[in-house]
Amino acid sequence: MTQTMKIVSVAAVLVVLAVIVPHSSSFVVLLTTRAMCFAILAMSVDLLLGFTGLSSMGQAAYFGVGAYLTAILAAKFHFGLGWDFWLVVLMGMAIGAALAALFGLFAIRASGVYFLMITLALGQCVWGLAYRWNSLTGGDNGINVTNRPNFGLDLTNERTFFFLVFAFFAASLILLYILVRSPFGRSLEGIRERELRMQILGYNTWLHKYIAFIIAGAFGGLAGVLWAHTNGLISPETVVLTTSVDSLLMVVLGGAGTLVGAAIGSGIVFALREYLSTLVPWWQYALGGVYVLTILYLPTGLMGFPARLRQIRGASTKNPSKSGDAKKLASAPS
Amino acid sequence: MTSASAIGDAPVLELKGLCKSFGGLQATRNVTLRVMPGDRQAIIGPNGAGKTTLFNLITGIFPVTSGQVLLFGQDVTSWPSHQRTALGMARTFQVTSLFPKLTVLDNVLLAIKGLRRSKFVMWRFLSSYKDVYDKAYQLLENAGFLDRKDAEVRNLSHGEQRQLEIVLGLASDPKILLLDEPAAGLSSGESTEMAEFLMKLDPGLAILLIEHDMDVVFDVASQISVLHFGEILETGTSQQIHSSAKVQEIYLGTD
Repeated sequence: MTQTMKIVSVAAVLVVLAVIVPHSSSFVVLLTTRAMCFAILAMSVDLLLGFTGLSSMGQAAYFGVGAYLTAILAAKFHFGLGWDFWLVVLMGMAIGAALAALFGLFAIRASGVYFLMITLALGQCVWGLAYRWNSLTGGDNGINVTNRPNFGLDLTNERTFFFLVFAFFAASLILLYILVRSPFGRSLEGIRERELRMQILGYNTWLHKYIAFIIAGAFGGLAGVLWAHTNGLISPETVVLTTSVDSLLMVVLGGAGTLVGAAIGSGIVFALREYLSTLVPWWQYALGGVYVLTILYLPTGLMGFPARLRQIRGASTKNPSKSGDAKKLASAPS
Repeated sequence: MTSASAIGDAPVLELKGLCKSFGGLQATRNVTLRVMPGDRQAIIGPNGAGKTTLFNLITGIFPVTSGQVLLFGQDVTSWPSHQRTALGMARTFQVTSLFPKLTVLDNVLLAIKGLRRSKFVMWRFLSSYKDVYDKAYQLLENAGFLDRKDAEVRNLSHGEQRQLEIVLGLASDPKILLLDEPAAGLSSGESTEMAEFLMKLDPGLAILLIEHDMDVVFDVASQISVLHFGEILETGTSQQIHSSAKVQEIYLGTD
């Protein structure tokens, strides 16, 4: 598939989503809204994991500060419930970026599993603050955000709110897509593939990784702002380790290094979790099984499925020229 | 291809009393070396003599224990690698060090962008930079890679990958190129090709070469230094090195 065809098909799916979902039941609308908030978070993880080769286990921290900022401003100062909501969006991204800029100073020095451990530890610091800083965060009880912003558009209406989150989701997808195709984004791929060579080619790889980390933090903060109004309750549960792990698994499930894969992964995880949990008590095993099967049989994620299919088909036809094709296709997942 | 082309020329690379220890092991001992513009120098020595370590010191991958590295007259001893590259130095690696999952074209594009400010641009597609692409096509055409530009590097043959290593080194328009065993793992036919490829490069480009393949060394280099246990034992023309008794003993005669 050519690049243009890919863009057209993603745009088509987005349009279909925007048309069908608002006409579905309110449960589906809410579910999709939640999934899109997490899709933004998962895409920010993908920027690090899929494009830069950094497996961040602490993305919930930036999500959390964005969400807490929104909740605290709304509940304690009644700020961000009118036009100033847009200001809160900017502040949420800024606080996510600022926290990432601080954490990045510690984390970017490490790589591989050490990077993972450091981001995990820093993420837990934020969780600890949310849990213990009672006067600000409400501790274990969290903060209730009872009102959604109303600036001409009444966002208390679930369907109107869906369109707002959808717009943010689509904009994030487009912005991140431009980013990963830009000279800067392509240099991240080089760092993922071979960092030492990049240094010898004249790249300050530390700086490139640091900038990518901050951008991912900003999008994490944005996802948090939207989540605060989606969920209505912000508690330490929001910044718990599971949130980070979930976002990482969404990326792996959908396919790292594809952006769209992160969104698909988020959709599948939410759908499975919400639907299955109403049907069977053992839904977590089903989710776990999906993860295991993906990692075993589709290491490139669901986005790598078409290539994998062609590879299998090419290998079974025992045609030397065909299998050559399959080899080429299999190596082009991203 | 004469050494020290003109008197009064500043050396592109100068090493002064360079030492490196890893714990108790002295990998580099008091190496002093001078490369003039357009020089073709080779460093030979048995395995473990510290040749690649020396390159890692010159390019800033390892910090030096003592001594100085001067690049175009500037003391770069404590500079990080990417800043040394910006001055006009490039290197290739003994173990092929390309971007295996990217295409040949993407590899070269990354190499060209390394020294351009546009590497920080995030709001424009890379494909909109026509000058970068033109240069990449030019480099690939000169190296005879244009027909394979969309192949993924991991699907290239070893010999092709070794050549692409050098193309990546040339992409930043360096004034000095450090080649770490460009002919490593090549068949004798491919080595000859490699030597021809190297001799075709711009005569103004200084080359410092590590190589085990003596045919390549004698073809390409006009001056050879012999490294043994981290120390420069002897420096001379290929004739002198060829007939040196000391070199025979430690290098050519040991196996």
